[in-house]
Amino acid sequence: MSTILDSAATSARIAHRSVLGDIKAVWTRETLTILRDPFSLVFSLIQPLVFLGLFAPLLAGVADDGLGFGSTLQFFLPGVVVMITMFGTSMTGANLQFEIMTGAFERILATPLARQALLIGRALKELTPLVVQALIITLVAVPFGFDLHPAHIVVGLLILGVFGVGVGALSYALAIATRKNEWAFWAVQQSLLFPLLILSGMMLPLETGPDWMQALSKVNPLTYIVDAERVLFAGTFDDSAVVYGIVAAMVTCAAGLWVGVRTVTKSIL
Amino acid sequence: MIHTQQLTRTFESGKETVEAVRGIDLDVAEGELVAFLGPNGAGKSTTLRMLTSLLPPTSGTATVAGVDVTADPAGVRSRIGYIGQKDGAGHNYRVWDELLMQGRFYGLDKQRATARADELLGTLDLEGMKMRKVSTLSGGQKRRLDIALGLIHEPALLFLDEPSTGMDPQNRANLWDHILRLREEFGTTIVLTTHYLEEADTMAERVVVIDHGRIIADDTAQSLKAEQAGDRITVTVGADDLPTAREVVAQAGTEVQEVSADGGTAISFRVDAGPVALPRVLHTLGDKGVAVNAATLKQPTLDDVFLNLTGRSLREGAEA
Ligand SMILES: Nc1ncnc2c1ncn2[C@@H]1O[C@H](COP(=O)(O)OP(=O)(O)OP(=O)(O)O)[C@@H](O)[C@H]1O
Ligand SMILES: [Mg+2]
Repeated sequence: MSTILDSAATSARIAHRSVLGDIKAVWTRETLTILRDPFSLVFSLIQPLVFLGLFAPLLAGVADDGLGFGSTLQFFLPGVVVMITMFGTSMTGANLQFEIMTGAFERILATPLARQALLIGRALKELTPLVVQALIITLVAVPFGFDLHPAHIVVGLLILGVFGVGVGALSYALAIATRKNEWAFWAVQQSLLFPLLILSGMMLPLETGPDWMQALSKVNPLTYIVDAERVLFAGTFDDSAVVYGIVAAMVTCAAGLWVGVRTVTKSIL
Repeated sequence: MIHTQQLTRTFESGKETVEAVRGIDLDVAEGELVAFLGPNGAGKSTTLRMLTSLLPPTSGTATVAGVDVTADPAGVRSRIGYIGQKDGAGHNYRVWDELLMQGRFYGLDKQRATARADELLGTLDLEGMKMRKVSTLSGGQKRRLDIALGLIHEPALLFLDEPSTGMDPQNRANLWDHILRLREEFGTTIVLTTHYLEEADTMAERVVVIDHGRIIADDTAQSLKAEQAGDRITVTVGADDLPTAREVVAQAGTEVQEVSADGGTAISFRVDAGPVALPRVLHTLGDKGVAVNAATLKQPTLDDVFLNLTGRSLREGAEA
């Protein structure tokens, strides 16, 4: 039969693999769940608009301090973008946990895909709609007095991407560690997520908070990401906050991948 | 193709230590078709998962397709195919997408993956299911898709953990056609586990019986049955004929047992080749004037082999 492969040709093909190709393959499979489900696609695009629609009126009220609505948005919007990134990537593990339970993950583990590609591909999938969401919120905010700096936003999103891969990998490790009970994943995820968000000064400035909060925020990598995003969304490259943000993103990414790959190779499903 | 030495695996679950596999020595040559047979919890899946690099052994060594599983797990993975016991296909995906992605995971280009996926959908009777979401498939359809996923790259060495569970007889036959054809055309080496005694009996050339994490027998189904159980003939005779019948039976066979039955006493005994021995015995009995009221020949199954080896039947727990 002409359609039957010859095994030698197959093994020859298997020889040319690259981690990058593997990441793309994993990302493609994960992304299919969004592409094949138009409702989730539309929903994921509408969601940030609902977010902004609910925040904007409140912000308008807060903005009566003389600084104007535009500058409040300038402070708030980068925080919202970081927040949706955190929500999305920290949930990477939930989808994985489902596939561990059904057995699909074991099948994928048995393929020659690079182990780190399994983590990075999945985290990048969670980031994909977030990038689109971030762009939509930003564009919608422009008529309300938000200054648009496209080049800076691209850099900001890249930093968020690197950071998000790290968070995704950690979430992935958590999912494997808690694979026996689903609720434990959510318990840990939620009880880490909210303190991290609040202690990053993302929603409300921490300058007025007690000393212990300020001290904690200093060791929270998310703080540096939020600060960097604010500076970048405001149109500045030349600020030490950007450098700190890049360092925080890279450290989180490296730590996340290290923990994640170790968990995948060491764990027994 | 496979060589293991004292392969063991223990699990810590809570305070308990489970010795799932306790020292397996196994050699499988290229092109062999081997079935692991054993009751629930015997350690079949654990052994398979060690051989496929998914689970590091606690001790012992295993070389699979020329590669050491502990030293180079990635090397093992690129040389084998594995169909696990659980659902391989992602429930939230479409059948066709999963097949193409699996091809890509193994490094096939799109054209080849498409050709293979199409062919496998045909062989495994999944045509028309391309665009179905996996979660909407029936149990047997899901299983067939899992098989298709494991075969997409036509591995030289294939592991299947209970491949036919949940399939109807027609599809099980199709699966076996496909497996046997793989072997014929490409000399694929196949290691599988099964609960179906008949399947191990008729399809595999070599049956490895596993119990409590150990190999307790390893041979062709034919010799296992001949050595461990043998054919048994039972003849029922009236009380008057009993002494003569006993004499004849003592000449013809071994392991003689007697129980009272309808129409007299049922004498059963073991013979080497049942179909040949039965007419001879009946003829001799007739010549000596013994009136045989009933005669049966029972040829052993692998279950009798297991019963003989362990004192337990495979059927009770296994088919559950
Ligand atoms: N991850 C694990 N943690 C703890 N114990 C385990 C684990 N996996 C398997 N076991 C135990 O190891 C033993 C062997 O299990 P295994 O899955 O290999 O059996 P099996 O022969 O495949 O059985 P079945 O026919 O039911 O599939 C069982 O007692 C099982 O409970
Ligand atoms: Mg099993």
